[in-house]
Amino acid sequence: MGAFLEAIDLKKYFVIGHEGTVHRTPVTVKAVDGVSFTLQQGETFGLVGESGSGKSTIAYTIIGMYQPTAGSLLFHDLDLFGKGKTRPLALRKQIQIVFQDPGSSLNPRQTIRQILELPLRLHRSSSDLLTEVVRLLELVDLPPAYLYKYPYMLSGGEKQIVAIARALATSPSLIILDEPTSALDVSVQGKIINLLLRLQRELDLSYLFITHDLSLMRNVASRVAIMYLGKVCEIAEMSEFFTHPQHPYTQMLLSSIPVVTEEEERAKPVKVISTGEIPSPVNVPPGCSFHMRCPRAMEICQRVDPAMVSLGEGHTVRCHLFEQSQ
Amino acid sequence: MSGHPLLEIKDLYVQFNVYGGALKVLDGVNIEVHPGEKVGLVGETGAGKTTTMKAVLHVLPEPAAQITGGEILFDGQDILKMVPSQLKQIRGKGIAMIFQDPTLALNPVFTVGEQMSAVVQYSMEAGRNLTKREVRERSITTLKEVSLADPERLLGNYPIQLSGGMRQRICIAMALAARPKLLIADEPGTSLDVTIQDQVLRLLDELVEKRNTAIILITHSLGVVRERTDRVYVMYAGNIVENAPTTQLYSRSFHPYTQGLMAAVPKLTGGGVSDGIPGRMPAYLNPPQGCRFSPRCPRVMEICRGEKPMLREASPGHQVACFLYPRGNELEINTKWNVSSGG
Ligand SMILES: Nc1ncnc2c1ncn2[C@@H]1O[C@H](COP(=O)(O)OP(=O)(O)OP(=O)(O)O)[C@@H](O)[C@H]1O
Ligand SMILES: Nc1ncnc2c1ncn2[C@@H]1O[C@H](COP(=O)(O)OP(=O)(O)OP(=O)(O)O)[C@@H](O)[C@H]1O
Ligand SMILES: [Mg+2]
Ligand SMILES: [Mg+2]
Repeated sequence: MGAFLEAIDLKKYFVIGHEGTVHRTPVTVKAVDGVSFTLQQGETFGLVGESGSGKSTIAYTIIGMYQPTAGSLLFHDLDLFGKGKTRPLALRKQIQIVFQDPGSSLNPRQTIRQILELPLRLHRSSSDLLTEVVRLLELVDLPPAYLYKYPYMLSGGEKQIVAIARALATSPSLIILDEPTSALDVSVQGKIINLLLRLQRELDLSYLFITHDLSLMRNVASRVAIMYLGKVCEIAEMSEFFTHPQHPYTQMLLSSIPVVTEEEERAKPVKVISTGEIPSPVNVPPGCSFHMRCPRAMEICQRVDPAMVSLGEGHTVRCHLFEQSQ
Repeated sequence: MSGHPLLEIKDLYVQFNVYGGALKVLDGVNIEVHPGEKVGLVGETGAGKTTTMKAVLHVLPEPAAQITGGEILFDGQDILKMVPSQLKQIRGKGIAMIFQDPTLALNPVFTVGEQMSAVVQYSMEAGRNLTKREVRERSITTLKEVSLADPERLLGNYPIQLSGGMRQRICIAMALAARPKLLIADEPGTSLDVTIQDQVLRLLDELVEKRNTAIILITHSLGVVRERTDRVYVMYAGNIVENAPTTQLYSRSFHPYTQGLMAAVPKLTGGGVSDGIPGRMPAYLNPPQGCRFSPRCPRVMEICRGEKPMLREASPGHQVACFLYPRGNELEINTKWNVSSGG
């Protein structure tokens, strides 16, 4: 059996305008530019990266909101963008998403009951919708009194819990969590994360977990991919990632994490001072997209984009430093 | 700190009048900021951090918002008693603000140059309008100050064409253009990766140090506050519950809420994710009597439900509003918060 979810050289480009007066050439954002990874059943796979590095675009492509420009996505060996324009309902219910902004993803005019009934109507033949909705609320620890509340009556954390309940309505096997707690404070975050971890155990869910917060990632994911400007620069097991980070960007990232205790301070790699500018995704320079900020850049890095190399045991890195040593 | 504070918020009460009653949000807030001091303001979503700063800038939505008590002294003058022309002066040269989301703070349909020109014009000495060329030159210098490369080209760009880090730096440049004495940064850099966030905050530090600007940093990232501030104020449900020099607060906090907040931060060294503080923040329509944290406090006592604890010194320079420390100078009492180990 192949992987649960596999992305192979996935690309998604957006045309955002045109340049030039006579010869109008399209201006393209390479939001996702050749990304490959696999996600195993039951695991939490982390996706980390700078704002605009393409994480949400990957998420939206997986749920079918975007058609990829190139490459493929396999779910249980089935090509998600194989034949036909529309994805069959049976497949759609398998993959759900929880968005970053808990407020705007819930219809303000609907009660929680109506919000939760909608996916049930679409995906289930069940006749007793109310029982199902109550069961969903129970699953996420919300009392039945919430049935008749409107989103504006809920706190940010509670809205996010409703969004999670809505994602669970279709009994999915994969849930994409796109920064599910980044709008919330740490205390509320803790509740939501523990709820998600419990649901994962109880329902055998797989998570694609997108976040900026590496300290949080450390505590929830089993493997992690680091993205930079539409490309993956390193993939590793969580403990390997923190003990043996290889890509210069990863090292810079880990050494820059603000922490709250001395103990954590000692666990960080030696500080790599971050300098330079992340290039605009419209004007990605030739060669490795990180070379302008890389403390270990070589001549070749300005010309040639490195390929992914394996360092063994599920650890891959895209950097010329490692290509040469092979 | 010695000398006169630059900003003094004294016993500030703010309420929002809504259908069905008044939301009594700020409940006697006290904050002091000295020239050149870096102050962190932390606390749960909805605690009233932004509301406090809006009161300082005099931009609360009226008439719904009502200041029902207290004063806000800036350089010794009460902002709340100022006339519009004085306020304009304060907002331009006295206090500047960087807003929560740089994508929102910059208007997507105007170029960077167009947005900067308004700020640059405004920040110059009143009296005459600058020529186009002067505006351009001023804008370019301002952008160079925040280490942005190729400022000439940037002026013609739209925000979408820039990275988050660049947008954030443009916001900082615009806020600092007027050379304010106090800079309020509401969640700066939360949407940036930590390498760029580090760069932006370091830059902010440098600029602020060079000019002895004071800064109030509002953020949910307790790690950032630890690295970047001199003093921290902890806010809960419209009250300052604790304030201390940063190093002291992180090595030894007193208030059960602060301790719960600290315990809830996921650690880089692992150990699982805390369940957070049980319960939720009280509704402002009918806040609890006495200490507003009492319904969630694991160490609640009889007195907490009837009387409101005042801020008092628990150790030098370290204040806490909690009846566990009635006479001050007391041993720290550690509240055990549950940390379950998932993950
Ligand atoms: N619909 C779209 N049209 C044009 N450009 C887009 C579109 N969606 C995303 N982009 C661009 O693609 C790039 C990747 O965006 P994406 O939202 O995937 O980033 P992200 O990693 O999720 O960032 P963040 O951490 O800020 O959420 C960005 O430069 C963005 O401006
Ligand atoms: N215009 C308004 N009308 C009614 N209530 C308001 C208004 N503005 C703020 N509030 C309420 O005041 C309380 C404090 O909000 P505020 O935005 O100051 O919190 P905050 O501490 O900045 O939170 P966050 O960390 O989420 O930014 C909240 O309960 C909020 O709903
Ligand atoms: Mg995103
Ligand atoms: Mg706020």
